[in-house]
Amino acid sequence: MIAFENVAYSYGGGELLSEVSLRLAPGSFHFLTGPSGAGKSTLLKLCYAELLPTAGHITLFDRDVHGLDRDEVAMLRRRMGVVHQDCQFLDHLPLTTNLTLPAAVSGRQAEAADLKDLLGWVGLSRLGDALPPQLSGGERQRAALARAVIMSPDVVLADEPTGNLDWDMSLRLLTLLVELNKMGKTILVATHDLNLIRAAKQQVPARVLRISKRRLQLAGADL
Amino acid sequence: MKFSAITDILRGDKQADRVVPPSGHTAWLTSFTAAAMTFLAVFALALSLATGRLADRWGDALAHSATVRISAPTGQLDAQTRAVLDVLATTPGIARARAMEDAEQRALLEPWFGPDLPLDALPIPRLIEVTESREGYDSEGLRQRLAAEAPGAVLDDHTRWRRPLAVAAGRLRLLGVTSILLIGGAMAAMITLAANASLAANSQVIRVLRLVGARDAYIVRAFVRRFTLRALAGSVVGAVLGMIGVAFLPAADMAGGFLTGLGFQGSGWLWPFLLPPLAAMVAFFATRFAAFRKLKELT
Ligand SMILES: Nc1ncnc2c1ncn2[C@@H]1O[C@H](COP(=O)(O)OP(=O)(O)O)[C@@H](O)[C@H]1O
Ligand SMILES: [Mg+2]
Repeated sequence: MIAFENVAYSYGGGELLSEVSLRLAPGSFHFLTGPSGAGKSTLLKLCYAELLPTAGHITLFDRDVHGLDRDEVAMLRRRMGVVHQDCQFLDHLPLTTNLTLPAAVSGRQAEAADLKDLLGWVGLSRLGDALPPQLSGGERQRAALARAVIMSPDVVLADEPTGNLDWDMSLRLLTLLVELNKMGKTILVATHDLNLIRAAKQQVPARVLRISKRRLQLAGADL
Repeated sequence: MKFSAITDILRGDKQADRVVPPSGHTAWLTSFTAAAMTFLAVFALALSLATGRLADRWGDALAHSATVRISAPTGQLDAQTRAVLDVLATTPGIARARAMEDAEQRALLEPWFGPDLPLDALPIPRLIEVTESREGYDSEGLRQRLAAEAPGAVLDDHTRWRRPLAVAAGRLRLLGVTSILLIGGAMAAMITLAANASLAANSQVIRVLRLVGARDAYIVRAFVRRFTLRALAGSVVGAVLGMIGVAFLPAADMAGGFLTGLGFQGSGWLWPFLLPPLAAMVAFFATRFAAFRKLKELT
């Protein structure tokens, strides 16, 4: 689904990521970890073609990202659900409209029943009419996850989805991600929370990728 | 671009409209610009139509008449006048020829020189009014015959002084049309600026839309629709105000139909109704162009 081959990325200074190779098989569950500033968000942005690699090749759904035009990038993103680190809502529109945005921009109508289920699933049933700025950090992150999955994407990418959550809420969100994975979705979660990773490993056979000294490594079982 | 892009604008899409937050000052700027420009365009249109009418009127009135002017010493004037009339009477293509009375000539000259003109004391040439028949005459042949029979006679078939007038009217009309084009261009430029400002102010919205998989066309449509409708609304107001302005212009038809009022006449009143759709079209293309370009910069 997503394959990196000797990818490097630099924001203009030195290389932030070098010689990154990676293959996310359909249905797999990966964590991406590393210290703050290591380049986790950057790697995720490469995955949804917000950034293009400065060297090497990235293949998304069997297409080389360098060959994609803007419309093709939009089409690819419809097959991915992304939970952004900073959530990214339209602050002037109520939550329900924000959640159905991926459907709206692709010219589809989200079923009202589906939306209700989805809000219940992330525990936000009462907040459908709230504006995003009125939500707490945790509520926003759950809403972001709901928006990421509304189009039933093949891949879910989540960037620090538990960054603003207390432990109970983090576990609940993890459970949602595990459920998605059991439904066959490919999951990649960037996090620096090792406890979360440990908790996840009890539920799914997740692999852990770590960015260390610009390189991507597969972490051992010794977390 | 498909025709559907325009019908989409008219049909509207509630959801797509709302993704762009309503922004105060660019909205106002666009409507105001469209109103002001359309107001000016109504006057430019009135100018073009009026000068067009003027050119036609001068052309028509003068096309079938000519004058023979006889300048001769007082003693020979009557003889030459008679000779000229004889020539004219035998020239094919001339329907009528008539020597003007002194009083008529005085009346003609009065507007230019005042009522106290001492006509008798001045060597005023005798004027003969010639009316052409439908088939027309050979003016070069007539000139030669006149030169032979009455050396003081000059045929003035008006083309000489009609031409500069027609040219002047044509220039005025061109000026009016140029003004309309300039107004359209200025409006396009201002709406482009407003659209760019709005796109820049909404870069975060655009980012979010791109991230959830919106194609450029979807985002552009949201902006274009908004600007097109604002321009249309502003332009309707401007056109109405402009037409009220033109309706209250003083009528200048007193001068014997020679001049013409700047106002619209008859079906001419329909022309200003074309301006709002035109303004909307200018806004449509200006915003569309600006938006597609800006999107490539933003993301
Ligand atoms: N747009 C950008 N321009 C320049 N540098 C950036 C940009 N975005 C991130 N960086 C830098 O790249 C490094 C990695 O950032 P990021 O990928 O967000 O790390 P992480 O998500 O692992 O904390 C940081 O040092 C950050 O300052
Ligand atoms: Mg990050």
